Amino acid sequence: MSAHTQPSGSSGNGLVKWIDSRLPVFTYLQKEYGEFPAPRNFNYWWNFGAILTFMLVLMIFTGIFLAMQYTPHVDLAFDSVERIMRDVNYGWLLRYMHANGATFFFIAVYIHIFRGLYYGSYKNPRELLWIFGVVILVLMMATAFMGYVLPWGQLSLWGATVITNLFSAIPLVGDAVVTWLWGGFVVDNPTLNRFFSLHFLLPFVIFGVVVLHVIALHVTGSNNPLGIDPKGPQDTIPFHPYYTAKDSFGLAIWVTLFAAVVFFAPNFFGEPENYLKANPLVTPAEIVPEWYFLPFFAILRSVDFNVWFIDAKLGGVIAMFGSILLLFVVPWLDRSKVRSARFRPIYKWFFWILILDCFLLGFVGAHSPADQVFDGVEGLLFIDLGHVGTAWYFIHFLVLLPVLGMVEKPKPLPTSIAEPVLGGGQAATGAAAKPMEKA
Amino acid sequence: MTDHASGPDEQPESRRDFLYLTAGLFTGAGAALALWPFIHSMNPSADVLALSTTEVDISPVEVGQSITVIWQKKPVFIRRRTAEEIEVAEQEPLADLPDPESDADRVIKPEWLVVVGVCTHLGCIPLGQKPSEVRGEWDGWFCPCHGSHYDTSGRIRKGPAPTNLPVPKYEFVDDTTLLIG
Ligand code: HEM
Ligand code: FES
Repeated sequence: MSAHTQPSGSSGNGLVKWIDSRLPVFTYLQKEYGEFPAPRNFNYWWNFGAILTFMLVLMIFTGIFLAMQYTPHVDLAFDSVERIMRDVNYGWLLRYMHANGATFFFIAVYIHIFRGLYYGSYKNPRELLWIFGVVILVLMMATAFMGYVLPWGQLSLWGATVITNLFSAIPLVGDAVVTWLWGGFVVDNPTLNRFFSLHFLLPFVIFGVVVLHVIALHVTGSNNPLGIDPKGPQDTIPFHPYYTAKDSFGLAIWVTLFAAVVFFAPNFFGEPENYLKANPLVTPAEIVPEWYFLPFFAILRSVDFNVWFIDAKLGGVIAMFGSILLLFVVPWLDRSKVRSARFRPIYKWFFWILILDCFLLGFVGAHSPADQVFDGVEGLLFIDLGHVGTAWYFIHFLVLLPVLGMVEKPKPLPTSIAEPVLGGGQAATGAAAKPMEKA
Repeated sequence: MTDHASGPDEQPESRRDFLYLTAGLFTGAGAALALWPFIHSMNPSADVLALSTTEVDISPVEVGQSITVIWQKKPVFIRRRTAEEIEVAEQEPLADLPDPESDADRVIKPEWLVVVGVCTHLGCIPLGQKPSEVRGEWDGWFCPCHGSHYDTSGRIRKGPAPTNLPVPKYEFVDDTTLLIG
């Protein structure tokens, strides 16, 4: 023992020291979650990382117990879920936590992403961190999509049919790909089986990517609401107890909201149609995805025209996947060196317009394209809103982000984090008014 | 690889490069090949593929009526068309069709139209089999999912679906029995 250097984290008892000198987990925890110097000015938007971690663990935990009772077979799946709801002890709680957990997981991840977009957290040097985040989003979408198929209700089956059929738009190999995905000629038992297998697997893959995401975070350090780098100890505080406390407080509120939905409105986000057992011969009148997919669904359906040799079907698929994959290159689309929207007078407005646009697309996605938006008003159809919303989404990322970086004149940045926080006001004006290297 | 072997001490380097390269290529190709069984295991299995056929007794179907039968787990629409429906389907100028196909090429006996009842857009089941259901603007079938209209020959006329409802392989065993598949 004596030969080993004593790590700072191993101030505890002998056993801790014994383990730590052989596998320095305690040192690691102390370094990354204890002393880890975090900018002193986090606001509550920085709670969502902790909230997301909690949600992932909750989903895996409830999922494993559901899987003990669930039967992945087209003849039995629906009834096994009903049995979970009625006969299994606390089965209703497990399922309602899992189903609403997906909803809350997505609320949190969307807030987390928009937080990043507002404060420029994707910019140098955090590009890779951001990319891992988008990978997590894509995996979450795949996981949730396949999870929704498992209870084998009407929307499970028909949602799966419509979404897997999207791949038939791929030129030449499309049909072969779809048959391969299905393991048959319709969405059927082989499909349900593999979806269960993958739905079980993917969350653990997500877990792995989360680990990479956090490691990358701890290399660059956290961004903060001002978007400027900490310049010294006066700008940071140790993660523990300051942010462990703040995260716990935020998490407590979050869990309260979650519990309110689970106990008092467990079907609020669900569709009654999915309490009907899947019927391969009857398509429901309307196929709507879960709310968290609605904006993307709207983009898919808004491309109802051919572009050159790309027909509408393929075009819609490209636009939908494109709208997600676009996020990967946001660090390079945004040419502005200033991170935080607080100092970007024009971008700030467009940020909020983008949020409105996403809500608009969500609204469009929930309605049939050919329906009128307002009962009294002739002519304005949901598809028209869809066109506008979709166009704006792409304009924001592909045109505005690059152009703003060149034309926008950012406000002067504070010289340090400590200064505005601790109220040393006047120095702020001294900071560069020219296009600046981040402080 | 040999051209930069100028000195005696560089000779082993290029040999090593060669070994690395070939070993790498073979390992890579081997790994890719080893992946194939896994990928292929997800394709339809022998039992799914076993080309099932479905025999249908069509004697109870009156003129103007439709029935739905299952073949390979897919719904197949069988419609005993009225003289008027047949005429409309036959007269249609091919130039008006997004996926031109003459009615004669889609039937064995004009009275009986047999098509796979799966929308060629994204796989919903079109409406129009029951008298109570809408049949769309061309009086054939209407897919409620994204609004595709099919005519009395099951051909796509309007909406996002790219192609006509496919005609499965079938034959008349006798006047009242149909064998699909
Ligand atoms: C990223 C994490 C996860 C997400 C986003 C997710 C999402 C979902 C969703 C949306 C459903 C459908 C709920 C419903 O309407 O009934 C579902 C069902 C299910 N999930 Fe997950 N899940 C996750 C993790 C897991 C894990 C790790 C397991 C198993 C180890 C699991 C097992 C199940 C089972 C058995 C069902 C079917 C029972 C039911 O429908 O409630 N899930 N999941
Ligand atoms: S699936 Fe029939 S119109 Fe889209």
